[in-house]
Amino acid sequence: MAVRTPIGRARGLGSAKEGTHHWWMQRVTAIALVPLALWFVASVASMAGADYVAMRAWAGQPITATLLISLIVATFYHAALGMQVVYEDYVHPHWVKVVFDIATKLVFFAFAVACIFSILKLAFAA
Amino acid sequence: MVARERPLSPHLQVYRPQITSVLSIVHRLTGVALCVGTLLLVWWLVAAAAGPDAFEAAQGFIGSIFGRLILFGWSWALLYHLCNGVRHLVWDAGYGFELDTLTRSGWLTLVVSIGLTLIAWIAGYAMMGG
Repeated sequence: MAVRTPIGRARGLGSAKEGTHHWWMQRVTAIALVPLALWFVASVASMAGADYVAMRAWAGQPITATLLISLIVATFYHAALGMQVVYEDYVHPHWVKVVFDIATKLVFFAFAVACIFSILKLAFAA
Repeated sequence: MVARERPLSPHLQVYRPQITSVLSIVHRLTGVALCVGTLLLVWWLVAAAAGPDAFEAAQGFIGSIFGRLILFGWSWALLYHLCNGVRHLVWDAGYGFELDTLTRSGWLTLVVSIGLTLIAWIAGYAMMGG
């Protein structure tokens, strides 16, 4: 039997003061994504049927590149947090949950890096 | 030891679907669908950086009937998740929990998300000249 008070046990197993970090970052990225996503939908709609030259000219502008990279970072951050919650709710064997979560984070990170590199390439080549 | 079939307590199937519960699960479903949909965004950006041929292949797929169907679903999923996300942020601030407000904000979310999707597509087709 452990000779510890309940509060001592709770402190030892507690949230390390980071319990709300996931929840908070999901909201911060959500707030960022409201204008970014609306801007992106409007941009894609206004570029419907645009050719390669027009796409490069658009993506190469500093403001476009800045907003696109912000969109990518916020999107994949938000998506990784969201998928983590989905796994936590529905995937039961603990190790499967952990494998799914890590795999998702690695894949999303790689996607984000590929997108950012592509945007920078378009921007610097413009 | 033989595993015995034990009775389970009733689960989701015993509840009548309501606007609140349906929109809640749709929020999660559109979130997961959008994760898959980001593949299209990644392909589009990487193809643009790779060169004209790769970009043409990506545009060719997105512009096909199948591609446009995916893009239509993707755009609605994004705008729905966005509108319902704003609804969530209002709840986080502590407002909008009265039953009639919940029902109204739910239908409003649905109508606005469909409206914005249609506006985006009408604008897109107008840009292409019909």
